[in-house]
Amino acid sequence: MKVGIPKEIFPNECRVAATPDTVEKMVKLGLEVVVEAGAGDASSFADAAYIEAGAQIADAAGVYGAADIIFKVRQPIGRPGGAHEADQLKPGTILVSFIWPAQNKALVDKLAARKVTVFAMDAVPRITRAQKLDALSAMANIAGYRAVIEAANRFGRFFSGQVTAAGRVKPAQVLILGAGVAGLAAIAAARGLGAVVKAFDTRPVVREQVESLGAQFIEFKFEESGEGAGGYAKQMSDAYLAAEQALIAKHASASDIIISTALIPGKPAPQLITAGAVTAMAQGSVIVDMAAEQGGNCPLTEKDKIVEKSGVTLIGLTDLPSRMARQSSELYATTVLNLLKEMYTPEKGLVIDLKDEIQRGAIVLKDGELLWPAPAPAAAPTAAAAPKPAGNNAHGAAAAANAKKSSSSGNIVAALAAILLGAAAIFGPPEFIQHLTVFLLACVVGWHVIWNVTPALHTPLMSVTNAISGIIVIGGMLALFSSGPGAMLLGGIAVLIAAINVAGGFLVTQRMLKMFRK
Amino acid sequence: MMGTIRALAYLVASILFILSLRGLSNQESAQRGNRMGVIGMLIAVVITALALLAPVDLSSMPTPNWSLVGVLGGALAVGCIIGGVLAARVAMTSMPELVAMLHSFVGAAAVIVGIATYLQPADAYEAGRSAHLIEIYVGVLVGAVTFSGSIIAFGKLRGMIGSKPLLLPGRHILNLIVLMACVTLAYVFHHAEVPWPDAGAGFFDAGMPALLLMTGLALLLGIHMVMAIGGGDMPVVVSLLNSYSGWAAAAAGFMLSNDLLIVTGALVGSSGAILSYIMCKAMNRSIWNVMLGGFGAEAGAKPAPGAAPAGKVTETNVNEVADWLLAARHVVIVPGYGMAVAQAQHAVKEISSLLIDKGVTCRYAIHPVAGRLPGHMNVLLAEANVSYDIVKEMDEINPEMPETEVVMVIGANDIVNPSAETDTSSPIYGMPVLQVWKAGKVVMLKRGMSAGYAGVDNPLVYNDNTAMLFGDARSSVQKLLAALREKSA
Repeated sequence: MKVGIPKEIFPNECRVAATPDTVEKMVKLGLEVVVEAGAGDASSFADAAYIEAGAQIADAAGVYGAADIIFKVRQPIGRPGGAHEADQLKPGTILVSFIWPAQNKALVDKLAARKVTVFAMDAVPRITRAQKLDALSAMANIAGYRAVIEAANRFGRFFSGQVTAAGRVKPAQVLILGAGVAGLAAIAAARGLGAVVKAFDTRPVVREQVESLGAQFIEFKFEESGEGAGGYAKQMSDAYLAAEQALIAKHASASDIIISTALIPGKPAPQLITAGAVTAMAQGSVIVDMAAEQGGNCPLTEKDKIVEKSGVTLIGLTDLPSRMARQSSELYATTVLNLLKEMYTPEKGLVIDLKDEIQRGAIVLKDGELLWPAPAPAAAPTAAAAPKPAGNNAHGAAAAANAKKSSSSGNIVAALAAILLGAAAIFGPPEFIQHLTVFLLACVVGWHVIWNVTPALHTPLMSVTNAISGIIVIGGMLALFSSGPGAMLLGGIAVLIAAINVAGGFLVTQRMLKMFRK
Repeated sequence: MMGTIRALAYLVASILFILSLRGLSNQESAQRGNRMGVIGMLIAVVITALALLAPVDLSSMPTPNWSLVGVLGGALAVGCIIGGVLAARVAMTSMPELVAMLHSFVGAAAVIVGIATYLQPADAYEAGRSAHLIEIYVGVLVGAVTFSGSIIAFGKLRGMIGSKPLLLPGRHILNLIVLMACVTLAYVFHHAEVPWPDAGAGFFDAGMPALLLMTGLALLLGIHMVMAIGGGDMPVVVSLLNSYSGWAAAAAGFMLSNDLLIVTGALVGSSGAILSYIMCKAMNRSIWNVMLGGFGAEAGAKPAPGAAPAGKVTETNVNEVADWLLAARHVVIVPGYGMAVAQAQHAVKEISSLLIDKGVTCRYAIHPVAGRLPGHMNVLLAEANVSYDIVKEMDEINPEMPETEVVMVIGANDIVNPSAETDTSSPIYGMPVLQVWKAGKVVMLKRGMSAGYAGVDNPLVYNDNTAMLFGDARSSVQKLLAALREKSA
């Protein structure tokens, strides 16, 4: 089988769908790899490196002509004054690429006419098992990071607060809208540069993730949950949106930088930042609108452009991952390879299994037959998240039941002790009662003292109690000094073995404790 | 006057013992705590010896029985030398065995002291003779169970006895019969007129045969009880025997009317009881379940018929793992019994130091029942000079798992098994575990695909973000260390 890696022809696209590293892995799997000359140039992978990894180099026609499988980044497009990429595919070829079938109906029809099989990397289902082939998350991660870098580039101040001899610098206030993969990556990057970060998301479940990255979560209270199927946000009512906009406007005026990542699958991006909110921001502020491709979270954003409106820089770039082409290519190539591994084994070759949730989700065309969209996923992360608190509750209930049980067993023990004490008081000699009192008091003291012991010291505790229980040596001594040869002999033996315990226990404890150090 | 001094000295010794245990509550004060224990013990022994030599008054000291003093000194000296050598020689990995062995000594001493006390002339204890006899009987019983149980525990921990639980048919009934026999013998013992059968009395008029017979039965009971417990439950058993050894000492205190023995025994007894409770809780099982369950074998015997391993196992190599570790910012190492067996703690420590030098936040996560002894892993890591600041407990580290890029599990299995949280049919369901699967990447160092002590299949190994590094823990860790050094040089 031959895998073809064409050079991307989309304007400004610098990524490539295979790196020398993934090529080497494919060769190891027994595949042949043909890379178009110069395919990796823009992401700093030289042809020579591909050759070294075991690939052949060919021109575009050579790649499309030879390959059974084509890995691409962008969906096929027409060359200016040349052939459409889709038309270069042999019938029966398997194409793995970003496709966006909902937005590119014409392209899907075109591909169907070519009788090819198409897997869309953007349609890989969001399930745990598919995480390693989740190209969207991988790219979103990079985009989130890059958005912060782009903002920093346009922002005329430090991110971190500093106290210098030349004056005090306040930390930059960064507001992140949407705490998906890109939003979280942006939080991490902005925090890393030292900014004070707040994040807003309609889904309350992401609060923990936001806070774990050191950002403050802006709570939005409204009688609608923002979480839709597949863990993505869903579209909300107008009143909801108005309330949202008001909240964001309030926080925006206090922010130096806004990174907005809010998207709703298959819908135009929600307009969260109103024009009024932009004018309320300080001069020199920066907004990176990562939703520019889907219309933007701010009406003032212009797609693929950097513009200045009322002193605020609005960045509407849509090629953020491509601006870090080497990193993006490495991650994307790995996700594509992982998808291939789902279907291909050296023993069986390539087998497409439509019962497999991942393959079923990602496949758009099979030999020209339209299979997209896949039936709705049964288990959304929401559903997965729901049993968890329930589980916790169950756990809590069980714990409570346990506590109840143990307290009731505690009551039983107390009752037994009381009965024993009573019996002893009636039948036992006074001396015995006295000893029993001492015994019970000592138990209580021991109980309270031991609870404080840190688990790390359980072994030393055990060996020291061992040494202390060697106190039985006194019993041996008493026997030794009593009358009667038998008792004396036994007493001597008892002293001997108890002494082993005392010395051994204390010394080994000392040895262990010496080892514990900060 | 001597009596007053002795009482005061015993009081001081008791307080020192309490402070000693209290001192052990954290690392800073632990060494001081141990020294207090030593001082308390010295005071107790010296004062007891003086009181025995000069029962009435120091001024009217009679000529001591020098031969007895010689025996006492000799026995103490020999005992201390043996104990000292044992303590100095023992490897930290065999600490569980040493602890078990020391428990058996306390048990043996309790039995011997009990029998010796019984041999003493009865008229010395004429008042409350019944109570006294019961004290002796109970003391010997507890001592004997502690002794034989500890010996078996020692054998199991040493590997001389198979760690699989021995489940005799009708073992509960067997235990019950033995206990009933002990109660019956108690009656015989109590009603006996003289210690030994002589010309004037019949066999059942003598107490000693009944006492010895009971001792034998108690020894069997101890053996049987510990034999029925699986290797994975050893932390509970060892703590339980620790507790027993305390109760044995306390019982000896009752029979000798010695408050210091009673107090000390009670302290040790409750300490062991708490440890057992903590261990049981860490396994989400009741003490009865551990004692009666014969856990492990039942689950292991039926290797889940229909539910054959689902999914693929991703194997990895040391180079890949080294890359992951160096690329990570947060690394957590989860040591288990496998690390102890392979004595890999020193090499593991080298890895964590190297990572910390490279700016990686590297910490250890310790499950309460990792190893065969409460706190076993902490001692091993301490031996390898790992700072206790980076050794975290389960509850401390679990919330941080999602931010951890790489978790390295070394020779542990059940304590990182996700089915404890998810699979209600799993025998370990409900046991709190280290949630390593929440981390970005899990590397499991394992000898092979065998299940853990609980005999439960671990779905963790089939996870996509889990990679297996097969091989002996020590050699794997050493190879990994070499790879890390090469890459980071």
